[in-house]
Amino acid sequence: MTRIFTQLTSIAAPLPLNNVDTDKILPGRFLKTISRTGLGRALFYNMRYNSTGDEQPNFILNRSPWRNAGILITFDNFGCGSSREHAPWALMDFGITCIIATSFSDIFYNNCFKNGILLITLGREECEKLMTRASTPAQANFTIDLLSQIIILDDGHNIPFTISKEKRKTLLTGQDDIETTLAYLSDIKSLEKKRPGWMPHISKDLIL
Amino acid sequence: MVNEAPRTLFRKIWDSHIVNHTLEEEQILSVDLHLINEVTSPQAFEALRLAGRTVRRPDLAIAVSDHNIPTLGRALGPTDPESRLQIDTLEKNTIEFEIPHIPLDSEWHGIIHVSGPELGLTLPGMTIVCGDSHTSTHGAFGALAFGIGTSEVEHVLATQTLRQKPALCMLIQIMGALGRGVTAKDLILAIINRIGTAGATGHVIEYAGAVIEDMDMEGRMTVCNMSTEAGARAGLIAPDATTYNYLRKKHFAPTGSLFDQAINDWQYLRSDEGANYDTIVTIDASEVAPMVTWGTTPEAVTTIEGTVPDPAREGSSTAKHQMEIALEYMGLKPGQPLAGLPIDVVFIGSCTNGRLDDLRSAAAMIKGQTVKNTVRAMVVPGSSSVKAQAESEGLQKIFMDAGFEWRESGCSMCLGMNQDQLGPNQRCASTSNRNFEGRQGPGGRTHLLSPAMAAAAAIHGMLIDIRTMP
Repeated sequence: MTRIFTQLTSIAAPLPLNNVDTDKILPGRFLKTISRTGLGRALFYNMRYNSTGDEQPNFILNRSPWRNAGILITFDNFGCGSSREHAPWALMDFGITCIIATSFSDIFYNNCFKNGILLITLGREECEKLMTRASTPAQANFTIDLLSQIIILDDGHNIPFTISKEKRKTLLTGQDDIETTLAYLSDIKSLEKKRPGWMPHISKDLIL
Repeated sequence: MVNEAPRTLFRKIWDSHIVNHTLEEEQILSVDLHLINEVTSPQAFEALRLAGRTVRRPDLAIAVSDHNIPTLGRALGPTDPESRLQIDTLEKNTIEFEIPHIPLDSEWHGIIHVSGPELGLTLPGMTIVCGDSHTSTHGAFGALAFGIGTSEVEHVLATQTLRQKPALCMLIQIMGALGRGVTAKDLILAIINRIGTAGATGHVIEYAGAVIEDMDMEGRMTVCNMSTEAGARAGLIAPDATTYNYLRKKHFAPTGSLFDQAINDWQYLRSDEGANYDTIVTIDASEVAPMVTWGTTPEAVTTIEGTVPDPAREGSSTAKHQMEIALEYMGLKPGQPLAGLPIDVVFIGSCTNGRLDDLRSAAAMIKGQTVKNTVRAMVVPGSSSVKAQAESEGLQKIFMDAGFEWRESGCSMCLGMNQDQLGPNQRCASTSNRNFEGRQGPGGRTHLLSPAMAAAAAIHGMLIDIRTMP
């Protein structure tokens, strides 16, 4: 079951950067876990804390009101680099369930939707506008409505966004991708029957 | 078939692996091989267990711990309890779900993107996935191979398929020839510089042209490996005689008449004349020089003759601001030449450049010389087999005589998960693939370059143009 996302009203935190990689979202040394939870504390660790482990007072998520942000606004190629799903888990554990950017990296994009995090891609101009609003505490509260596919601002303006039908449906219904795929099990099996004889089968007893 | 529209190599592999051609948007792609590691799989196995599901095709999967393992004192295992738990969890999961598992002391052990091809597990025309973005390495064999997240790992375990939208196709045509001292690593860094870290987002890159045709499999793997650094889902190179010769006698590769049959099938794995690409890029290889990154993203790279760029010349305020942050992090000033920059650490290894040829070219650069006394230099072979071959060729002796540390195989300092990390402000010449802030350790400063360039930096204690050396 995917986490359901329909509507979210929250503070949006501005992160006006390009190419925020998943090492930045969650450094490698925090990947030594066998759980999906508890990573929020390490989110953006190297930006959020100094070398003694104290909060960097200037980092946006350490400041009021953004400390309680549920939405993040950023620019190009957010989530590039490592495929670690620990990055979306850390965002979610912190409380961020919607990210607005000019573009996202491919693996990160899929990882977020698998966890019920809505990613919205907007043009540069619209993103800049939202970045400015998010930087002003009195204007930083947004409502994201996935049903109507709009971002509702405090001044009453709406910004429409597009999203693939399937991704939208997954978030709205929380459908289980594995279950949907297994409905095609007979097709999967018949394609596997055509697997060429030269492709490897690995017996666990074969390992040296 | 005469009436078929011309297709790209990507499209041919894609089409032959789509389970049901009636689905729109996201399709179901059949997976031929699933590579599993200790870091991105525990939560997937746990979710399977909670849902009461099982692994559909354990015979099409193989697991190995490579990210989080010590490269010193291997026999003792990891001393860090969290690392040990992750490694033990992978072993337990593979026993419970009957998945083949390569233990740390196996002669097959290594970084999966080094071991997989060595074992002949990576064959042309296959679909290969792994919870690791550098899965793109396997595209060097004409296999469609890409990194996935942990939820997708769970999906593959449960179904042996993946839900994906078809990718766009980019052709990168590399003409001419690489000059003296210029390697596959320099070529891919130059390509990333040209198209940018998001240049191939949504695309699979097919590399072609004279330079690729002349390149050996190890070089092709280096090129495909870093496709992900250009944002690509995968890199692809059409299989040819070089590919077939590499695969002969590899453990899991077919033999006898089955090998002939395979070659018959593989010959069809090339883009058709007139196939349509969404993007085409042409690179003149003769213009590529030894490359070194100066910033905190792989596109922030220039030639060893180059200087650190000036943020004041950046167009947008975001780009300017970001370059200032990067230069501050890297401890560099605009206009500063890269050659001559003092280096504290040299790391030779990773799934990008931890193969035998990489070690040979590094060893050739340092033979009979000594690592500068201000430098800590280490070689981490990509696999146990690379290590054994390097030892039998005498490369280990060359490295150790020069003052390099000689380690066991693993991902090591490429991603700084185990003890092999940079300290704050330490400057590293690294043959790995990512120079992100903190990637090799908090505050560590990474300069990506080729193995020969890294080896030369160890001897001279600074970045140096290997073409100017005797």
